[in-house]
Amino acid sequence: MRAQGAGAARLAELDHGVPALRQALEESGFFEVLASEDENGAGLEMRQFYPIVALCGATAVPLPLPQTMVARLLVPPQHIPQGTITIAPALAESANDEIICRLVPFAKTADHVLAIRGSELILLPVASATMLPGGVPRSLTASLTWQRGCGRCVAPAASVDLQALGALLHAGLIAGAAKRVFDMTLQYANERTQFGRSIGKFQAIQHQLSVMAEYVAVIAIAAEAAFQTGRRLPSVLACAVAKSRASEAAQLVAATAHSVHGAIGITAEFELQLYTRRLHEWRMAHGSEVYWNSILGNNVLASGHALITDFVRGVIA
Amino acid sequence: MPDLLDQFRPATLPAESEGFRQEVKKFIAQHLPMLPVDVRARSWAAFDAGFSRRLAERGWVGLTLPSKYGGAQLDAFSRFVLLEELLSVGAPVAAHWIGDRQSGPLILKYGTENQKAFYLPRICRAEAFFCIGMSEPNSGSDLASVGSRATLCNGAWRLNGRKIWTTHGHRCHYAIALVRTSGEAADRQKGLSQFVIDLSLPGITIRPIEDLSGDQHFCEMFFDNVDLPAAALIGQEGQGWEQATAELAFERSGPERLYSSIVLLDRWIAMLRSGTAKEADRAVVGRLTAQLATLRHMSITITRKLARGENPVVEAALVKDLGTTFEQSIPDLIESALGADPTASVDMELHRALAYVSQIAPAFSLRGGTREILRGVIARGLGLR
Repeated sequence: MRAQGAGAARLAELDHGVPALRQALEESGFFEVLASEDENGAGLEMRQFYPIVALCGATAVPLPLPQTMVARLLVPPQHIPQGTITIAPALAESANDEIICRLVPFAKTADHVLAIRGSELILLPVASATMLPGGVPRSLTASLTWQRGCGRCVAPAASVDLQALGALLHAGLIAGAAKRVFDMTLQYANERTQFGRSIGKFQAIQHQLSVMAEYVAVIAIAAEAAFQTGRRLPSVLACAVAKSRASEAAQLVAATAHSVHGAIGITAEFELQLYTRRLHEWRMAHGSEVYWNSILGNNVLASGHALITDFVRGVIA
Repeated sequence: MPDLLDQFRPATLPAESEGFRQEVKKFIAQHLPMLPVDVRARSWAAFDAGFSRRLAERGWVGLTLPSKYGGAQLDAFSRFVLLEELLSVGAPVAAHWIGDRQSGPLILKYGTENQKAFYLPRICRAEAFFCIGMSEPNSGSDLASVGSRATLCNGAWRLNGRKIWTTHGHRCHYAIALVRTSGEAADRQKGLSQFVIDLSLPGITIRPIEDLSGDQHFCEMFFDNVDLPAAALIGQEGQGWEQATAELAFERSGPERLYSSIVLLDRWIAMLRSGTAKEADRAVVGRLTAQLATLRHMSITITRKLARGENPVVEAALVKDLGTTFEQSIPDLIESALGADPTASVDMELHRALAYVSQIAPAFSLRGGTREILRGVIARGLGLR
């Protein structure tokens, strides 16, 4: 994935698809890393999965690779389709029973969509969908509609909090992308010279980078902490903390990177925008910090803990 | 250089910590003085010699010091748990705080056997309270420019100078002061030494300074030909800067950099629970919870480094900057929230606690190294300086 890096992302964004990458990943068995060894998987635990998710973010992998991998934990083996799977943040049904999933991350490079419809977890084939043009250039996000009758139930909806899981994966993607953006920004500050010295020698730039580093560390530890579960899936509250911090901090990381890079940073040719665009999209995907802060706040107020520290200690992955 | 940002991996407290935590909670339930919230909001700035002695009787002052000196010889994780519980309820820990946090460990690392045998048991019994003599009127962030001077005179030291912002100096038995013992100001970090100063010695004048909240939590100290015995010198002459730097990791690494406003936050949450909380307030509570959860992970990561004998100076600076920003945001957000409806009934206890914390909050990012200094430390850790 490192070797493919930005090149694959750019191809995907220009709607050239990434069939070669998709095929290579599927044939190598990477889709199965979370599946049990009985099911020809690598049997990785959640805590071992985090570095993979972060790497996908750091290399702007244009496929819903983390979602495809995690689907192995949600969908019985007999229902697992070929190809890539993404997760829909929402599913609505229109008056004539059309299914609409709006702003599905990675829709353009997904073969299937996992969604909750009522009491069911369903799989929908993208090939049968009408893709609604969002008109956002280079985005892999799209809205999809299906005729009634599409979709196959693969499990009860109660078996997973799909929104929390989607949010957690995006927190991991943000963590990887934020670190990449930081490394690029630090390198630029050390290399770009003005007024006879590298711009990283100026205190104003140093302090921006120090704060940026703080937020990159926050995202990384919040995201990774939520993956430290011994159970099949992490707790909703841990996912909420991860996405809340990652979403809020993503904005500052992207803004600081562009501030330090100057004009070159907002060109299409320069690599920075590949990542900062993603930071913004991923910030919103499956709920921004506002959504997850509400969930956390409601949980805190409903809890019996007189001390917030006791509540926080109980938020374990 | 190892990547600073790779240092923040989640760590958990060892299982034994939870058993210890329950003991601490029991102690608090029995011994915490019944104080109103606005007093407990002083957090680790509140001085109560009696409470410190009760804690010491339980064996919990100087927790990480060796048992041969009266310490409990427990690890940094246990100390983290103890501190977390005490800070969560706003226990008045100031009297023993500095001795426990840094003076004791400093003497353990650099002191002679006689110094260790004399001071450490007294720290552990909460009989000796320590303050830090670093800042001077003309030397704050630029600590290497300190002008107080100790001159060798017949094998003893004669000290002249002054210190300021010395927390609880007027109630302490000893100050550990950074002073110049050789060379000139231009030599900066070279030629500095640290002394344990018995504050009952002649020639010492201590004047409390009233702070903006009406408390007298810090002082100025004047040293006028104070004669210090040779045994007052800690470690080597000229080793002062190295010692002060070593103390910094201890001073900046603890959970007290996250929990200074936590009593206020809990009080606000209690108020929200007693009525119907607005959606906006719930989201604020959620945001603060997410921040606290993450900061706590970071603080435990630092604790693990301390437990391994590492010196996480840059990591501690990073967490302290984030932590104090979090602490300062709490009174800010609550002011906004409580002012959302000027006609609403007022919870006066909460109002007083809020007023205290919002007035003293600027100190959170000044004490122990200002925000600007910390960001410079981080920048150096990133290789930018």
